[in-house]
Amino acid sequence: MNSSIVVFMKEVRENLRDRRTLINALITGPLLGPVMFIMLMNVMVNRELAKVDQPISVPVIGAALAPNLVASLKSAGIDALPAVSDPEAAVHDQRADVVIRIAPDYAQAWNKGQPVQVELIYDSSRRDASTPVQRVRSVVESYGRREGAMRLIARGMAPITAWPVQVADRDQATSQSRSALMFSFLPYFFVLTVFLGGMYLAIDVTAGERERQSMEPLFVNPVARWKILAGKLAAICVFSTVSLFLSLAAFATAPFFIPIEKLGIALDLGFSFASRVVLLMLPLIILMAALQSLVAAFAKSYREAQTYQSILMIIPVLPSALMSVMPIKAEAWMYAVPLLGQNLGIVQLLRGDGVTGQQVLLCMAGGFAAAAVAVAATAYMYRSERLAISG
Amino acid sequence: MIEVKDLYRAFGDVKAVNGVSFTARDGEITGLLGPNGAGKTTTLRMLYTLMKPDSGQVLVDGVDAAVDPQAVRRQLGVLPDARGLYKRLTASENIDYFARLHGMPERLVASRREALIDALEMRDIADRRTEGFSQGQRVKTAIARALVHDPRNVLLDEPTNGLDVMATRAMRRFMRQLKDEGRCVLFSSHIMQEVAALCDRIVVIAHGRVVADESPDALREQTGEANLEDAFVKIIGTDEGLAA
Repeated sequence: MNSSIVVFMKEVRENLRDRRTLINALITGPLLGPVMFIMLMNVMVNRELAKVDQPISVPVIGAALAPNLVASLKSAGIDALPAVSDPEAAVHDQRADVVIRIAPDYAQAWNKGQPVQVELIYDSSRRDASTPVQRVRSVVESYGRREGAMRLIARGMAPITAWPVQVADRDQATSQSRSALMFSFLPYFFVLTVFLGGMYLAIDVTAGERERQSMEPLFVNPVARWKILAGKLAAICVFSTVSLFLSLAAFATAPFFIPIEKLGIALDLGFSFASRVVLLMLPLIILMAALQSLVAAFAKSYREAQTYQSILMIIPVLPSALMSVMPIKAEAWMYAVPLLGQNLGIVQLLRGDGVTGQQVLLCMAGGFAAAAVAVAATAYMYRSERLAISG
Repeated sequence: MIEVKDLYRAFGDVKAVNGVSFTARDGEITGLLGPNGAGKTTTLRMLYTLMKPDSGQVLVDGVDAAVDPQAVRRQLGVLPDARGLYKRLTASENIDYFARLHGMPERLVASRREALIDALEMRDIADRRTEGFSQGQRVKTAIARALVHDPRNVLLDEPTNGLDVMATRAMRRFMRQLKDEGRCVLFSSHIMQEVAALCDRIVVIAHGRVVADESPDALREQTGEANLEDAFVKIIGTDEGLAA
């Protein structure tokens, strides 16, 4: 038997007997993403739906001055609450999302046909208050427009003379692209799954082996070190690939747990999506395995290796974080950048745009090139005398 | 046969091995005696090609370790200073792993493993996972996997370290058996009694140098001490770092 295969079989067998590695590769890694995703989506969806449908109550100061406006609010599902003495403080203390203040001279000015003021007191930095503010504003504005039109008609003029320009919205977002916006963090979950799936194995077969003092006896065998490394890398890759498969399978069930139809979005996480994700992720699986081994080989102990791994884990977050704070237009070269390319590709798949052959090729070429460099660096590290000697 | 010619190895300013030469012959037990820190482990590591000497030559059965390290490792059975086992594998699986790394065919793997398990009297622990093994059980397993490929030359770094009296006696018996099979046995120790009891030839190392390379009788004669222990102390100049 080829010695790389001997090493591979032994590492797989040994780690299948390790509960910590198994739990990470088969449960925590693959399921963390889908479970968090489903929970977050449900919370988000339910909150949004609740705000749109349900009647809200808003304190109104001076409600008696404008009974028609209050009636108009009520017909739109906005109930007037009794006035609060200090509206600014009420908003600040989050006792009210928004407070309506009607000017004391409202009735007087209204009767004279003069403009009147309705104040909305709110805090724009409170994101959860934005929906009620929006609703109140649009009701007040449409009430104002309606009354204005009535006045023009009373004066014998066509209401449209007051609005020479009209804006017509033609939103080009498809239901799938809208959902992609919400799911832009999905690529990170896949990368994280691959990372977690192989992490404990990578630590165990390098730093762990060193710490347990079995590296020196292993290297005394008449086997080239790169062959030993090849077997170990293969074992890491198999574990992280299994993690990725499990994760994709779990994500495929996500649409059953999220009331997506209520949001009017589409979510296709089926087989064709999964197979393309695997294709895009292939180079990353090898790249991660090599980087994890390299980092673990620098460490003198299991614990030290764990510390390094958690620092390494920050790197895959960068493209996702970068893209969410500054949305960039994808250029061809970006697909060749490992991690960034995968990120762009997976988001495109989510949007339902698909990926072109050229983009896949760039993704694979860039990823495999980086993986080759990382493997070569790890092989170089494996040749050092220091690696074999524990303590 | 193992021939060591003028080995040098320094770590920074520390000259760990500073001109070591000796020969270990087939059918003999050669002891490498020296206080802790004398350079025994570093010398052995250069023999089994884990470290490269700064200068000097190592020949195992005539093969130069610098030219073909893999061929040299194939002809050596090594119990290194580090003797970690795989805790989640059984003793037998640990032995099989090394046998397969030597490229042995499956049938031979099984028969050699069984023979060693009997020879080392470890039948009772063979199918147990090595987690929680005693020091003696660990050393037995480590020796079995080191010798599974039936090597002509056997290197043992402090083989009785940490063993109790019974295990030590069994180990010495086993080393004599290896010698009777015509193998070249080279082991290091800082225990004078052990070296005196076992060796056909004693190489005394101190401060990275060979200070004596004789048969036990010749050593006694050379120093004029009837007692080997006194002879060693006289050669090394101090009894620091040695154990009776």
